[in-house]
Amino acid sequence: MTAREQGSSAANVGIVIVSHSPLVAQGAADMVRQMVGDCVPLAWTGGNAEGGLGTYVRGISAAIEKAWSEAGVAIFVDLGGAETNSEMAVELLGPARAAKVAICNAPLVEGAVVAAAEASGGSALARVVATAEELSS
Amino acid sequence: MQLDAADLTALIALCRAEIDRHCEHLSVLDSAIGDGDHGANMRRGLDAVYAERDSIAALPLPAALEKIGLVLVMSIGGAAGPLYGTLLMELGRGLPDAPDAADFAATLGRAVEAVARRGRSGPGDKTLLDVLYPVQAEVAGHAAPARIAECAQSAARATEMMLARRGRASYLGERSVGHEDPGASSCALLTTTICLYLKEHAAP
Repeated sequence: MTAREQGSSAANVGIVIVSHSPLVAQGAADMVRQMVGDCVPLAWTGGNAEGGLGTYVRGISAAIEKAWSEAGVAIFVDLGGAETNSEMAVELLGPARAAKVAICNAPLVEGAVVAAAEASGGSALARVVATAEELSS
Repeated sequence: MQLDAADLTALIALCRAEIDRHCEHLSVLDSAIGDGDHGANMRRGLDAVYAERDSIAALPLPAALEKIGLVLVMSIGGAAGPLYGTLLMELGRGLPDAPDAADFAATLGRAVEAVARRGRSGPGDKTLLDVLYPVQAEVAGHAAPARIAECAQSAARATEMMLARRGRASYLGERSVGHEDPGASSCALLTTTICLYLKEHAAP
């Protein structure tokens, strides 16, 4: 399924949610939006190109573009392929833009919500990522 | 490794047909220890490469391999897309325009290492690397294509008794033992198809 833009504020770090399931991805995005409103760029992608369960690079690339912020983008993933495909999508951005993107080692739902709350206060990407990854430590 | 446009076109068609023939089997293997979509994902990837076969075959070999890798990354999905894509893109980026056997062996070695980094995997993890490592060793030893094909097939079968340490199969722990890894299986199918073509048509 294609990524959906859910409003943006380009000054803050953007959040991208990548799940094998469009329902999980959209649901997680809804929870983020409830938490922070429109003040964080947010996009999700879930499912493969045919709408079945899975992940694919083109969908992730589109989500990164939609949540793009010069302050950076934090990506939250569920299972293995979501992470590997996200790494591929980040590499395809080229080195300059890839340096502004982080794939977080954090739970999808909790990580995205906590990161968005941190991002909504104007924190830098490294701080947003660190706050989310504290959940896994 | 003297492959012209006709060879590349033929190889793309043969690989696509081989994956199509085994699509259901690959998905059955994947259902046992994963999410059951490996056959469909691989078929989608090979279909995408086949659709672009004319523009791919018109490129010099290194650029053609890199393009195939990019198409696979964009189309296969799952974990296999980035792994196969990385293998082909690294091969394409590393090969000179007219590679000899030594160039190919050295570049294949680096490409397999890139796949290992991408998957954060090593030997014995029950992945397609368990086919790629022995195949690469045979290529480095200048083995004949038929020998490389046999090696790929036995290496894929050997994953049956391995315990999965990467991917969704790893969640099954001991229950992953007793099933051939679908990525290793598709890798052996493709390796065999390519080797048998080379045996008939070209000196490697």
